[in-house]
Amino acid sequence: MCLGVPGKILQIMEHGVARVDVDGNQTDISIKLTPEVELGQFVLIHAGFAMEIIDQEVAEETMYLLKELLQYEE
Amino acid sequence: MKVDRVLMAHGSGGLMSQELIESVFKKSWDNPYLEPMLDGALLDLPPGRVAMSTDSFVITPLFFPGGDIGKLAICGTVNDLVACGARPLYLSTAFIIEEGLPLSDLKKIVESMAKTAKEAGVNLVTGDTKVVEKGSADGIFINTTGIGIMPEGIDYRPSRIQAGDQIIVTGPVGDHGLAILAQREGLRFATPTMSDCAPLVRIGKVLEKYGGAVRCMRDPTRGGLATVLNELAQQARMGVLVQEHRIPVSRTVQGACDMLGLDSLYMANEGKMVLFVAREQALEIIADLNNLPEAEGSAIIGEARNEPSGMVLMETELGAQRILGMLEGEHLPRIC
Amino acid sequence: MKNDHKSYMQQLLQEIQAETMEASLMEVCGTHTMAIARSGIRSLVPPNLKLLSGPGCPVCVTAQGDIDGVIELVREPGITLLTFGDMMRVPGTESSLQEERSKGADIRVVYSPLDALTAAKSMPDREVVFLGIGFETTAPAVAITVEEAMENGIHNFSLFSLHKLVPPALEIIFSDPNINVDGLICPGHVAAVTGVEPYRLLAEKYGKPCVITGFEAMDILEGVVMLLRQLHQDKATVEIQYRRVVKKEGNLVAQATLKRVFQATEARWRGLSSIPGTGLKLRPAYEEMDARKKFGVREIEDVPIKGCACGEVLTGKITPHDCALFGKGCTPLRPIGPCMVSQEGACAAYYRYTPLRD
Repeated sequence: MCLGVPGKILQIMEHGVARVDVDGNQTDISIKLTPEVELGQFVLIHAGFAMEIIDQEVAEETMYLLKELLQYEE
Repeated sequence: MKVDRVLMAHGSGGLMSQELIESVFKKSWDNPYLEPMLDGALLDLPPGRVAMSTDSFVITPLFFPGGDIGKLAICGTVNDLVACGARPLYLSTAFIIEEGLPLSDLKKIVESMAKTAKEAGVNLVTGDTKVVEKGSADGIFINTTGIGIMPEGIDYRPSRIQAGDQIIVTGPVGDHGLAILAQREGLRFATPTMSDCAPLVRIGKVLEKYGGAVRCMRDPTRGGLATVLNELAQQARMGVLVQEHRIPVSRTVQGACDMLGLDSLYMANEGKMVLFVAREQALEIIADLNNLPEAEGSAIIGEARNEPSGMVLMETELGAQRILGMLEGEHLPRIC
Repeated sequence: MKNDHKSYMQQLLQEIQAETMEASLMEVCGTHTMAIARSGIRSLVPPNLKLLSGPGCPVCVTAQGDIDGVIELVREPGITLLTFGDMMRVPGTESSLQEERSKGADIRVVYSPLDALTAAKSMPDREVVFLGIGFETTAPAVAITVEEAMENGIHNFSLFSLHKLVPPALEIIFSDPNINVDGLICPGHVAAVTGVEPYRLLAEKYGKPCVITGFEAMDILEGVVMLLRQLHQDKATVEIQYRRVVKKEGNLVAQATLKRVFQATEARWRGLSSIPGTGLKLRPAYEEMDARKKFGVREIEDVPIKGCACGEVLTGKITPHDCALFGKGCTPLRPIGPCMVSQEGACAAYYRYTPLRD
């Protein structure tokens, strides 16, 4: 129901607007729903708004179930 | 008073029409075929079957990164001829101009057509201009009709596709569609992606030497790669299986499509070809194509099969197969 | 790294394929439906595992009468309607927005509700109506837009709210004894706003495991594995697979924004009838921007569509293939029911992507 893509905050501007990079494209979005967002962070973009800040550490730590999975198989 | 816009009088057939032709068209398009100033062109054709194709061009905006409506009008028809297997030779052009179009825009478009025609090695031999009232057209509409000669032994009809034929696309898909979309008002986003709009005459030339090993060719314009694969599968009564991960798409195009809820496989291209070629020659053809700048990134994306007839299947990243269907209705940005 | 990713997905898939238990898992989010169809996951799971599609596509659950009301409004002179591309083809009783546009109505597609505000500013002589559709994910963005319109005194802007809430609709599904669902693949982006609490309540009250899941093929496979493990351990709790985005408490700013601007109201769901407390309407302080009130839009009854089984499909009682109209009278090009219209509709996803094996 809700498409969302990650974008990286490039610039924080006036009136709760930020410029983001989405895979090499740029767009201006509202950050009024994530007022604490900082430069360089990734946000989830939906309908021109940052809906949530993406936790980069968790995002990079993919294969979340892998450890458990191996135990499971053992 | 200096006239800097197209007026209804420019289409009246009178003095102003003449002036427009002299100052805008003839200046850019000077060639011996236009010289006699007849009502039509007299052409010499080399021996062989004649291929003919026509297309009309309407696009907003008229100028976009990587091209303009003039360049598009030449490339579109030239590439249709190339896809037939022909060597394009002559083009006619017809303009429907909305009154009020800046003359400077018209000049730019006409010059761009001349430049592109030269690049494609075709002559613009005859033309027509009509002016319509403001609101009756969107700036300018252009029709081009082209003829070319079929070389001996070339036949790209879909019925020649055989099971096992390899499917090649001549570079990343979706660039034109995205470049145009980004220009539309309302979608506030900027992309470095430029239209791939280009004449593909050299691709045609490179393929000629493979003769019958090239079974079929088509340009994936409106409706994109997925639509052309479906058309060919239906016309050839063959199945098509493509592998998702082998289809070249640039990161920026994919990213923008994900954001807007669009599918890059349905985005228009104006400088790409889809080929079906004999399996044995496929790698050699790929290597040859990759030597051309306009076919850089050519890749084998799948193959033709006997079953399921008339359908395109796509193997996903997970190894499952799903239908890759035709585009239904308009391809609109969405949030769900 | 890419290979690791791939082999990890294969491992997840193997675990799913080795499963022998009978279980029906429902994905409630249309984006999941679409991702499952596009990646072909459904054709890879063993026959004892059923992946059902729930009422999670806001386009599909839009009542026909609501569309009819919007259509009556756009036929009025001076109205410009802006909406997401998703809504253009949804059939009302006799027409759609796409059809109305071709007849001359001023209807435009936007990507963000803020674009509607920009449009309102640039066309002060027209009444600009934003047709708001979507669940908890989209509604906060629309709420911010309404607040901005109010702050900036943009009086020619109004909202036609078709917004709906997800958890109460899920409650309907779980409480219906005829609906057989063993676990829920919960919508990651809705939960990013709401947090886990509504799902925890559901999981505990009805004893069904819930996993809040992301939208990549790998996310969905992980979500399915997590649900199966809960079922094996007889657990019924809520877990977050989509940890990179979803925080336990959700987005508190978005929740507060929703509360400031909207209040719950009765809403009509296509296929589920009218459910109290599942829709969102503007609070009295923002009433002047409520398009229904501003233009006196009347309530139009839903005329049942003969043979259309979207209601059963949306609640997972049947799969699209079981509907008599599927692929016959009803196709994505000429949809009869809403599940065939939306890109994310269960029927459209089945029609587009599933080879004719079943």
